[in-house]
Amino acid sequence: MLRQTGYALAIAAIAIVPIIVLVILPAWAVGACLAAFVVWLALTRSGRQAWSATKVGIATIPQRLGSSCVVLIGIAGVVGVLVALLAMAEGLRATLQQTGSNDTAIVLRAGSQTEVNSVLDHEAAVLVAQEPQVMHDAQGYPIASPEILTAASIPRKGNGLDGTAPIRGVGDRVWELYPRLRIIAGRRFRPGLRELIVGKNAAREFTDTALGSTLDLNGQPWTVVGEFDSGDSHDSELWADANVVATTYHRGDSFSSVTVRLKSPKLFDAFKAAIASDPQLKVEVKTTRAYFDAQSEGLTKIIRVLGTTVAVIMAIGAVFGALNTMYAAVATRTREIATLRAIGFRGGPVVVSVLIETLLLAVAGGVVGAGIAWALFDNYTASTLGANFSQLVFQFRITPALVASGLKWAIAIGFLGGLFPALRAARMPVTDGLREL
Amino acid sequence: MSPLVEIRNLSKVYVRGKQKLEVLHHINLDIAQGDFLALMGPSGSGKTTLLNLIGGLDSPTDGTLTVAGQRIDRLGQSELARWRAGHVGFVFQFYNLLPMLSATKNVELPLLLTKLPAAKRRSHAAVALELVGLADRATHKPGELSGGQQQRVAIARAIVSDPTLLVCDEPTGDLDRQSAVEVLTLLQRLNREHGKTIVMVTHDPKAAEYATHTLHLDKGTLVETAEAVAQAVS
Amino acid sequence: MKYLGLVWSALFRRKTRTIFTLLSVVAAFLLFGLLNSVRDAFASAGHSVAGASRLITISKVSFMMELPKSIYTRIQAVPGVSEVAYINWFGGIYQDPKNFFANEAVSPNLFDVYPEFKLPAAELKAFQQTRTGAVVGASLAAHFHWKIGDQIPLQATIFPQKSGSNTWTFDLVGIYHVANRSEKQQENALFFHWKYFDEARAFGNGKVGWYVEKIAQPKDADRIAAAIDALSANSDHETKTQSEDAFQTSFASQFANIGLIVGSIMGAVFFTLVLLTGNTMAQAVRERIPELAILKTIGFSNRSVLALVLAESVLLLMIGGAAGLALADLAVSFIRARLGAVPMLPVGLESWLLGLALMALIGLLVGALPARRGMRLRIVDALAGR
Repeated sequence: MLRQTGYALAIAAIAIVPIIVLVILPAWAVGACLAAFVVWLALTRSGRQAWSATKVGIATIPQRLGSSCVVLIGIAGVVGVLVALLAMAEGLRATLQQTGSNDTAIVLRAGSQTEVNSVLDHEAAVLVAQEPQVMHDAQGYPIASPEILTAASIPRKGNGLDGTAPIRGVGDRVWELYPRLRIIAGRRFRPGLRELIVGKNAAREFTDTALGSTLDLNGQPWTVVGEFDSGDSHDSELWADANVVATTYHRGDSFSSVTVRLKSPKLFDAFKAAIASDPQLKVEVKTTRAYFDAQSEGLTKIIRVLGTTVAVIMAIGAVFGALNTMYAAVATRTREIATLRAIGFRGGPVVVSVLIETLLLAVAGGVVGAGIAWALFDNYTASTLGANFSQLVFQFRITPALVASGLKWAIAIGFLGGLFPALRAARMPVTDGLREL
Repeated sequence: MSPLVEIRNLSKVYVRGKQKLEVLHHINLDIAQGDFLALMGPSGSGKTTLLNLIGGLDSPTDGTLTVAGQRIDRLGQSELARWRAGHVGFVFQFYNLLPMLSATKNVELPLLLTKLPAAKRRSHAAVALELVGLADRATHKPGELSGGQQQRVAIARAIVSDPTLLVCDEPTGDLDRQSAVEVLTLLQRLNREHGKTIVMVTHDPKAAEYATHTLHLDKGTLVETAEAVAQAVS
Repeated sequence: MKYLGLVWSALFRRKTRTIFTLLSVVAAFLLFGLLNSVRDAFASAGHSVAGASRLITISKVSFMMELPKSIYTRIQAVPGVSEVAYINWFGGIYQDPKNFFANEAVSPNLFDVYPEFKLPAAELKAFQQTRTGAVVGASLAAHFHWKIGDQIPLQATIFPQKSGSNTWTFDLVGIYHVANRSEKQQENALFFHWKYFDEARAFGNGKVGWYVEKIAQPKDADRIAAAIDALSANSDHETKTQSEDAFQTSFASQFANIGLIVGSIMGAVFFTLVLLTGNTMAQAVRERIPELAILKTIGFSNRSVLALVLAESVLLLMIGGAAGLALADLAVSFIRARLGAVPMLPVGLESWLLGLALMALIGLLVGALPARRGMRLRIVDALAGR
């Protein structure tokens, strides 16, 4: 009994190594290994033996349909859940990351971390815009947008409860700052008026945001005059003229942040140095890319940790399910395996054939799981409270890298679930097996 | 004294798909209390079917079957189950002990259906095991016993609830000569010293020698010719 | 009960197979326990017993807008209100942004409005008398190894001091405890004086973040809330007052539909579990048909054979499920001890009850078909090997 346990532990320890390798290797490397393996199957003698044994095994799967389905569906479940949760994280990350770029920079009050905590006065906004690294437009104005980020409680579609909608007052030059932004309905707001344009995701999320609706912001009626699509996290926001927002929210002369376009990404360091050397400016400067990356980091890390933890636990369940099934499969095929070995098939190819069979089932399960996750969740819209304590709407995103990740998990589970039964098949004394005839 | 088992005009027809198979034809038979009856015949003669009917494992298609004054051909499945619990003990060719239970636990199985407390169940089982000579193997599992020993445990299980009737289907079919003799001697002792009524199906004429009566079945009917009896006795 | 031995031996007939299946069940219910603890944390955030007698008043515009302190006395005067506290979210950082915890500037009577925060009388007195004093929850103090007398510096993110510095320093004078195990989350907070905050803050003086009202009769909540809001109607600081319950629910719902996420994951997990254990049970019963036939010959009724098989599958689920939930309980305790402020509640009675119900349900579901098969077997055919 002790020897058996020791043997089992030793095999488990050895089995972990390929798993670790699998996890570390990038997808193309795994693909290359697979290709090498296929070559071995086709060209070497033991490889061909293994493949023949596998074919025999696969032919009997219809007799063991129930248990084979168990392996497949168990692994499909793990991969499906993993891919769905990672898609959530990926969607959040992508939405936030696209919002930033390396040639625009955002300036906040020192120590505030996020826009909503930051307060900059008018002087600071002017000084920042005057720095030489800032790009100018055709009319000679610096492309800088002093902005106010605040919020309004607006009921959400769906559950009718209050949601916190981000209201962003923007400067006149904001259109040159975000050239990707398009108005997809209605028109831009006119400066000086209480007019709003609504991001396409905000329009989906909140009530009273259709063209022509009136919204109450701090006791004053505002009109929705347009809808925009900026392809990033700004789609969750409602925009208006910063000066009018300041009046409505009694902000006087202060802003939350200033965002500028630099003449070139290479000038960022110079820009940062110039600002740092100005004693009147107590601010922090980041490229918008760095700023939004930092925002997404916290939340996406939590989701990834959650997803991985859930997947690990599900995977453990799936491994035991696969072990059960493959042990039973090996047991029912005792006769065939014994016959093969009596004919002259060596132990190695038999092991490999059982492993191949398990891995084929596992990969099929992985494909099914990823497929279901894709069908149900790709582009699924969800929202959460972003770093600014207001709604951030994003879409789940399933990328090929994600699917490859899921398949790697499937292979790992299949490998662990098939290794012990495969070894059992090879170690079974031939005479015992034949006696079953 | 009226017979323990009264069989009148008993027939059994099996329907397999569209085919009708008449296995027993109008059997008439009496079995007295204290009899040790051997049923013999070639394979397919219906002897196991007759045994199953007498033991209440199956119901006849036609005819009457009375055991200890009760018409069991009329009973439904659950009533038969209850009847079996109180009246019949079975011994099979392949022992059919539960492999994960010890000898004692196997013997106690029929007692689980009674209201006896655990201590009483244990003592009854001990007595039965003593009777079959396996008291020292009480804690062993079937896997640790020889074929003959397993069959004796099966017999202990069959008698532990003191049934009216002991029904045996080829009890020595899977045993070597020595174990077979042990088992048959035991059955004979149960019959002679404890008055147990036994009906045994066998294809082995030497086994039939231990019985008090022998009957032959051929193609579903009883053949009790003088020749057959002479053959059996010799 | 006398049949337990029979069911148990049937279950462990094939030790390895049963143990593997058990481990899959353990994994499934471990996950159930963990996810449920997260879901409970979100669902019950704020639904405390004492919370039933509290209202929260925020700016109608958004919970981030501040309210004037001047309406404090008028709120106090509303009939039905027994005590009013005011709070500002400070949002300071202790050493590293990763060390996130709630820190708030509060009115002196905070502990009257939150009676579940138990503070020894001497420490409460020390707090009232120390301008820069701070009180922290026991879990937070344990996590950072703070003791009374320590100086705690926080880096302001929102509120720099008038002096221009970003660092606010507090003297730890008290540690409060929360008795209710499921509300232990509330111990991860730091409170200091609003007066110190207002005097030292660079801008926005005279403003509070939100008001918390303690009301004598919870059933009067709606009336009192309306009366409070009426005070500021048509002003430039309109308010929205609702029960603490409603506020927390609304806030949590903005974060994520945790219920849906957890429900979907567990749906997938239990679906695969049903398939897996169903397959094992089907195999197990198929192998035991001859033995079930023997039981029937002995006189076990059809119903009792059905019951034996169902008992086997339910027992399998119960053993694995209970082990999984127990593991989850251990894991949650460990995580909470190591990481401090995590949105996870200890695995409570409700989770156990729900879990047991699920185990029974899945056990019955999984055993139904095999049990039926066992019940309906024809003895004669089974014995003959057909």
